[in-house]
Amino acid sequence: MRPWRWLVALLTLLTGRLFRRRSSDGSGGDEQRIVPEGPPERRAENLVLVLLGIAVLFAIGFVVTYAEFGVSKLPNELLGITLGGCLLFIALALTVVGRGLVVTEELDEDYPQEHPEEQREIAEMVHESGSRITRKRLLISAGAATGGALGLAALTPALSIGPVWDTGPLDRTPWRHGVRLVDEKGHPISAGDVEEQTFYTAFPEGSNPEEIGSSLVLIRVDATKLKLPEGRASWAPEGILAYSKICTHAGCAVALYRKPTFPVLEPQDALVCPCHYSTFDPFTGGTVTYGPAGRPLPQLPLEIDADGNLRAAGNFSQRVGPSWWNVRSRPTND
Amino acid sequence: MSYRKRLRFMSLRARILAVATVFALGAVAIAQAQPQSGIVRPTTEPSNPSAQLGAQLFAGNCSSCHGISGSGISSPRPGAGGIPGAGPPLQGVGASAPDFYLRTGYMPLASIHDQPAPDRVLFSDNEIRSLVAYVASLGPGPAIPHPAPASGSLSDGLHLFTEHCAGCHQGLARGGFVTGALVPPLQGVTATEIAEAVRIGPYLMPRFSQKQISDSQLNSIIRYVLWTRHPSDRGGWGIGNLGPIPEGLVTWWIALPLLVVACVLLGKRFGR
Repeated sequence: MRPWRWLVALLTLLTGRLFRRRSSDGSGGDEQRIVPEGPPERRAENLVLVLLGIAVLFAIGFVVTYAEFGVSKLPNELLGITLGGCLLFIALALTVVGRGLVVTEELDEDYPQEHPEEQREIAEMVHESGSRITRKRLLISAGAATGGALGLAALTPALSIGPVWDTGPLDRTPWRHGVRLVDEKGHPISAGDVEEQTFYTAFPEGSNPEEIGSSLVLIRVDATKLKLPEGRASWAPEGILAYSKICTHAGCAVALYRKPTFPVLEPQDALVCPCHYSTFDPFTGGTVTYGPAGRPLPQLPLEIDADGNLRAAGNFSQRVGPSWWNVRSRPTND
Repeated sequence: MSYRKRLRFMSLRARILAVATVFALGAVAIAQAQPQSGIVRPTTEPSNPSAQLGAQLFAGNCSSCHGISGSGISSPRPGAGGIPGAGPPLQGVGASAPDFYLRTGYMPLASIHDQPAPDRVLFSDNEIRSLVAYVASLGPGPAIPHPAPASGSLSDGLHLFTEHCAGCHQGLARGGFVTGALVPPLQGVTATEIAEAVRIGPYLMPRFSQKQISDSQLNSIIRYVLWTRHPSDRGGWGIGNLGPIPEGLVTWWIALPLLVVACVLLGKRFGR
């Protein structure tokens, strides 16, 4: 309801100004004119006002869309259409201003060599006839309203970084102690089935696999070569490692596993993101060895249950997903 | 000075001719500078493949890196100039791996520090069969697979390829990069080579077991990869099937002139 009231108030203000301007019109006008004032183009003016109004509506639509949908389910198409529409109508309004409301005077002859008197006259002509705008203040306030609305729309997404809105859904993952790892068909993954020299994708049992914190990349390495950070000694039973499949740089799927056939000469094992080639070392807890990622791949502690199936032994070592400032200082919610 | 003057007064055609001659001479020089293939062959080579011929070829061409009887050289040898090792052991790799590495031209490798890449095949078919028979005799291992891509499903193949292979090989199997190595395009490979590569995981590629990709799924993947040789470009223009970046670039080449035209039209005045 509130936005409506604001809108009505704004419209009242605008119409009030419109009528006031009109009543005070007609006065003015100079005595010593060289050329008459540019002919007024009320139709173009009205068109500009309408276009700017539509642009304002689009910008408000962006803000409303952002507020209406939760932080995790923003409709990209709608946001794009509203913001793009706002910019488009501003461009149309400017086009109409440029083509219909700005006066052009043209000299038939070449520009005079040195005629200060004529130059002064021309400057005066431009000054006097330079505007066909009859409702300058209205147009300026309409432009200001459009700029304000656009600025508001552009600033709205900043709310998502908190603390006004709940950014909790970005932090939560479906992984808890005891959650079983399943493959894409939902079958539990047995530790005995995980082989060396290849990689698997795993998901939490009974959760939405499309959540950012769901997907895992699962590999088995020689346990004697592991150099995991302190406190993670028990995280890789039998040398089986699980890392978040979402790259910490821009959130792509870490879909490349580089495994040497002849480790003596070839590049070492690595998990690589195909988007910008961030390269993570699985032996040392997912540390970045190359590329733009700024922090290690979050590791998930694993355990093997009595049936030989893989289960999570807790939540990730870090926050999952692409990085922004402060991401390192915040713990994952358990 | 006089040379420069002469060049300036040379006609365009003469200049093109001169440049072409220099390039042609350079090409001949480079071609002659290439070393001979360096394959060591027995003086009288039997016309039928045999493990005995394979053993001779192996001793002459492979054992310097893969060791006597394919035992591999995985630790620094004294006097080898600090080279950490030369080649993996081949005992137990079966017939599949040597068939793949030799038929793709991955082996023999010019330098141990090179990445094996699709190259000219230096052995004849007879010699490859002999080498494969010899390496397979070193220990029990997988045989050469016989895939049947015709029995696979193209759409399943697309899904499976996207899931397991496209991360490195790109959606339309045009190849790409992984840090530290090149990923080969797959348009020039045979069905057997694809089946072998999936199971053995050559160089830095992971290998995929029957549990991950069954033989029938593999047939679908192979069918899809063979299809990528001549994909049906729905838009009418594949732009090299290199993915979104060249597509975006071409879009800009089309969009930019349109934007310029729009600007010019906007700049024109009414009534002129």
